[in-house]
Parts: sequence; C-alpha cells; structure tokens
Amino acid sequence: MKPLSDPETLAPAEEAAVENPSVGIDQTAGNFTYDVKYEFDAGTGLNENTVRYISSVKKEAQWILDFRLKALKTFESMPLPTHWATKDLENIDFNKIRYYLSQGQKPKRTWEEVPDDIKNTFERLGIPEQERKFLAGVEAQFDSEAAYSNIKDIVAKQGVIFCNSTEALREHPELFRKWFGKVIPTADNKFSALNSAVFSGGSFIYVPPGVKVAQPLQAYFRINAENFGQFERTLIIVDEGAEVTYMEGCTAPKFSTSTLHSAVVELVAMKGAKIQYITVQNWASNVYNLVTKRGLAHEEAEIKWIDCNLGSRLTMKYPGVILKGRKARGEVISIALANDGQHQDTGAKMVHAADETTSTIVSKSISVGQGRATYRGVVHIPKHLKGCKNNTECDALLINTNSRTDTYPAITVRGDQHAVQHEASVSKVSEEQIFYMQQRGLTEGQAMSLSVNGFINDLARQFPMEYSVELKRLIDLEMEGSVG
Amino acid sequence: MHSLEIKDLHVSIGDKEIVKGLTLTIKTGEVHAIMGPNGTGKSTLSKAIAGHPDYTITSGDVLIDGKSILEMEPDERARAGVFLAFQYPSEIPGVTIANFLRAAQQARLAEGEELDATAYYKKLYSKMDMLKIDRKFTSRAVNEGFSGGEKKRCEILQMAMLEPIFSLMDETDSGLDIDALRIVADGVNAQRGEKLGVLLITHYQRLLDYIVPDYVHVMWDGRIVKSGDKSLALDLEARGYDWVKQELAAKA
Repeated sequence: MKPLSDPETLAPAEEAAVENPSVGIDQTAGNFTYDVKYEFDAGTGLNENTVRYISSVKKEAQWILDFRLKALKTFESMPLPTHWATKDLENIDFNKIRYYLSQGQKPKRTWEEVPDDIKNTFERLGIPEQERKFLAGVEAQFDSEAAYSNIKDIVAKQGVIFCNSTEALREHPELFRKWFGKVIPTADNKFSALNSAVFSGGSFIYVPPGVKVAQPLQAYFRINAENFGQFERTLIIVDEGAEVTYMEGCTAPKFSTSTLHSAVVELVAMKGAKIQYITVQNWASNVYNLVTKRGLAHEEAEIKWIDCNLGSRLTMKYPGVILKGRKARGEVISIALANDGQHQDTGAKMVHAADETTSTIVSKSISVGQGRATYRGVVHIPKHLKGCKNNTECDALLINTNSRTDTYPAITVRGDQHAVQHEASVSKVSEEQIFYMQQRGLTEGQAMSLSVNGFINDLARQFPMEYSVELKRLIDLEMEGSVG
Repeated sequence: MHSLEIKDLHVSIGDKEIVKGLTLTIKTGEVHAIMGPNGTGKSTLSKAIAGHPDYTITSGDVLIDGKSILEMEPDERARAGVFLAFQYPSEIPGVTIANFLRAAQQARLAEGEELDATAYYKKLYSKMDMLKIDRKFTSRAVNEGFSGGEKKRCEILQMAMLEPIFSLMDETDSGLDIDALRIVADGVNAQRGEKLGVLLITHYQRLLDYIVPDYVHVMWDGRIVKSGDKSLALDLEARGYDWVKQELAAKA
C-alpha cells in the first residue's frame, strides 16, 4: 500500500484554495488548528487493544465492548469495495490513523467551561452565534468527543433528549440499545463495520410522541488532529407523530496527510413521525469521507435527507430510507460539488418494504475542472407490494471540458402496480452564457458561481434560510477559485 | 460628453477576417445606425467591441474617451459603460432576472460594499413601469423559455438598469412582430439622451421608423462604405443594397 503522503496519490487541490477573511465555514476559514493536549489517546493503528482502550476510557458496558470487538473482526474480514468503487480507497493506510483522541468524556453545558483552544475553534466557526440565533440545541464535537452539548430548556422540558452517543449509552441504554445497529447492521459495508468497532461521539436524539421540535438541533463535527479518524455514531429516534429537524456541519484543517471521517447515522421515524436531516459538509481536500446514513420509516412516517457535499478528497455517501410501514415517505435531496482533485461519489438508496410507499430522489452535481461527480442510486420495489411510487431526477452540470460525471442508477421494480419515473440530464455552462453574464459586468468567477447557484436554486430553496445562504457563499468561494 | 472611437479596426474569427478596417466615432447623445446585408460583419463588430473571446482584433483600436479598452476583460468593458444588447441572448437557468441584475449591480460596487436592496428594487420597479413590464416578469429565470419579444424586452430592461454610456444594439428588431418592435423602440427612445450613445445594428430600415437615428452608415464587406443622415436609410429601403454595391463598383 502506498503511503498517504505519496505525491502521486495526493490530490492537487491546494491550488483551488481561496484566501477569504470572512467568518464562516468555508474551507479556508476552517483551515486552522490548535496544538491541543489530549488526555486520552488510543495511539496509532488499529487492533483489539485500540478497541478495548476506547471502550474502557468510556467505561462502557460489556455488551458494547463485545459489539465493538465483533465489528472489528467483521471490518478485518471485509475487502475494500474497489470492485465497484474507486481504487483511491486503497490509499487509506488504516495503520497510520489515530482512532481516538479526546480531552475528556463529559461535554460542557456552557461555552465558558469549554477549554479555550476548543472554544476558540468553534467561535471561529461561528457556532455559538448560530446557537443564539436559531437553534434549539447544539452539540460540538472536537475530534473524538463532544466538547459542548446543550439543549434549550424549553425543548428539554418537552422530554426531548439530545446528547452525544457516549452519554446516551450511559444514561439511556434501554432506548439506545433497542435501535442501535438495527437500521445499519455492522456488516452493511466495510466502513460501517469500522465505525461500529471504534465509534465515538455523534448525536443521540429522542423525541417523545407528538412533540414537534420547532427549531433545528445542530451538531458540528470538527477534526483538529492530524492523521486522525473521526467515527461519530448518530442515532435519532422520533416517536409517534413527533417531528425534528437536525442539521450537521463539518470541517477540518488542511493537513499534508489524509484524514478519515467515517460516520454511521441511523434514523428511526415511528408511526407518523417526521425527520429532516440536513448536512452541509465542507471538508478540507484531503479528507476521505466515507459515511453510511440510513433511516427507517414506519407507517405514514416521513424521512427527508438533505445532503450538501462540498470539499473532501473522496466522499462516498448514499443516504437511504427503508420504507417499512404503509404510506411511508422517503426523500433524498443532494447537491455535490466536485472541484479539482475531488471525487464526490454520492447518491441515494430507497428500499420499499410496504404498500403505497413513496420515494423521491433529486440529485444535482457540479463538476469543476478535473473534479469528478458520480451518482449511484438504488431503488428497490419488490413484487408483492402495490401502489409504490418513486421519482428519481439526477442532473449534472459540467463546468470545464475536462470535468467528469458518471451516473449509475439501479432501479429494480417488480410487479405492475407501481409508478416509477427516472430523469437524468447533463448540462454544461457554455462559453456564450459566461460571455453574456460578463457583458453585464460580472467577473468570470462571479458568472460561474451565479450559473452554479442557478443550477441548484430549486433545491437550495428548500433549505432553512441560514443554510441556503451559507451554501451559496461556499459555492461562490469554490467557483471564484476555480477560474483564472 | 463621452466618446467611443473605433479606429481602423480589423477583426478575425479564426483565420477569416470579417471586419476589415472600420473607423467610426460615437459620442454620447448620438444614435448611429449601421445597416448592411447579412454577413458584412455588423454583429462581429459589436461582439469584438464587447470583448467576445472568439473574435480576435488583429489591428486597430477601440477607445473610450481616448483610452483603449482592448486590454480589458469583457466584464471590465461592461463596467466601463459598454452594453451589448444581444441578437440571441443566452438563457441562465435558475437565475431570476431580479437576481441577475442585482448581481450585475453588486459587481459595480467597490469590494466590501453591499448593494442597498430597497433602493435597488425601487429602481427596478420604476424602470419596469417605464418599459410597461409586468412585475412578475423579473421573477422568471433569465431568457429561459422566453419568446423572441420577451428576450428583447429583457435586454432593454437590463440596459435601463445598468445605465451604460454606450449601447451596442445587435439586430434588436430581429424576430419581433410590429407590436413588440414598438415596445422595444419606446424603451430605447425613453433612454435616449445626453448620457447615452447608441450604435444600432440592423438589417432593415423598419426599426429606424421607430428609433430615428442621427447618423446612418452602410456596412459592406467589413467596412463602412457610405454615411449619411436618416434619409440614407430611406434611400436604401427604396433602392436596395445593390445600389450601394453599384456605386462602389463605379468608384473602383
């Protein structure tokens, strides 16, 4: 296996970086690091001792340790999925990664208590400000553990639980254990197995029956350390008739070596419940982002994934919904922007397992320079069901002549009582269009980013305002740096 | 007063020379019409002035107030006051006219300066009222699914909002029925005045019934071969371009 620092295998993405002094979660604003002293460090490399170390510092119950050790065996026995996925996965050296780094086990409830370096990190990323403005609760994870976690009193009083997975395992084991690993089994794929072995942090949310959480809950995942792997585990359970919107943001500084982010996110929507899960990731261009996300929708429940993928070296992510109950609805809306040296391999998975279930997939990808965007979609409707509907639409926009996009839709529909629709398009920003916009006074970069924003406009409109503004700004930055 | 000077301009597309030594000066307050049969280089002239990358200026110069603009990017030329009303305007999917114009206005401000949104919309609505454009129009994506008339009206609205010093209007009348033509002409006439110089490129005399030019030039094979006042357009209409051709042949 080649070392990660091999110049041939490292993406030439630095050139695309833009200097921008404005505050926010763009890649340059996220490109800073603090020399933090870690109290807990599982060392470099992965073996049984690593897993035992993580479990012991968390003072976990025996069943969790057993679960982890079994997952480690599964991880070791599974090959990399390079028979269908990119060979770039082979450049991940699992022996050079640090699997657990933290300063402590218990997140602080106020920002004042958070250690200065970590507090400064999140201040620079604008998290406390967003919390004050429009969030019902925030969890801020720094490397392996949450440094800060708080939920507004008014929401907590309704019985809503919002904490990290470490705390949840300690304080709400009965709720956690019931659904943990049920939506995404350990052996779902090699990276879900890896996460199951070494997971740490991530959010746990429980919303009691009938409670509609008005403001979003947000988690922010920050990687600070080099040669590090972040493996958060998120489990969201929304009880009958309840509703929640969860948003996550992520950044990491740009190191010369690669960083691994491999999360597992499980959602459970009970009868009539609604979950909206929004991601705006903006990883530095050396992060391998290999994430498994899936929701289980019971009768008349609705799960909606809104997924914006910017940055990273390689992202592989296919949020899915298992439509288990009658009339359940699933939706995936995804936007991916692949800049030079980046590969966004994203898509969606819809498994229809009950009558009259409905799924919608809308995917838009933008490839810039030598960036590559891949769409993979799975829609499965078995023969014995009736009245199922799927609508899939995937559109790709190519910015330069050497940009690349691939589409691999796999729609399996058996039986004749279903309605399925699939539309795909590839378009290019033409030279005439750019000239036209320049003739009105926009620079080439501004013209490009306006075109890209126009391309995703109908999707971005569905986001909460704060996030669509942020997304637009991130795209502006990406596009400004891509021309010249 | 400002001037746009075109000096002995030669323009090629690839290896083919299209404009072959054209000289013309336009001052603010003036409306010049360039007429000529298809393929004589009228549209090439306007695109070359605007800085289209496919058009190479092999020699000559274009100056605004004595300063050459040939080293400037298309957007810099636009911000310097050159507006091109396109014969075939591009579609910009997903970008509304209101947002597009807002971005164009924002691009004219200094770094760090934010456009005053209220003032912007006030101006937009007053221009739309002037051009008798429905309020709903600007929430549509730029030129997407527009009829020929709507496209041209959209160009005129952009011109009204961006307030150029020189407007190059490329075959603004093409594809318009008589009602649309009148509306577009009214729009241009409303903007006529001491602050604006217009270069009107047209194939037909018809447009000049509505936008009456101060000067008329006949373009033939990449050059201006005849200039006069508005009566020249009428002569052309009556006698056809062959008349100019014969005159040229006689001179030679």
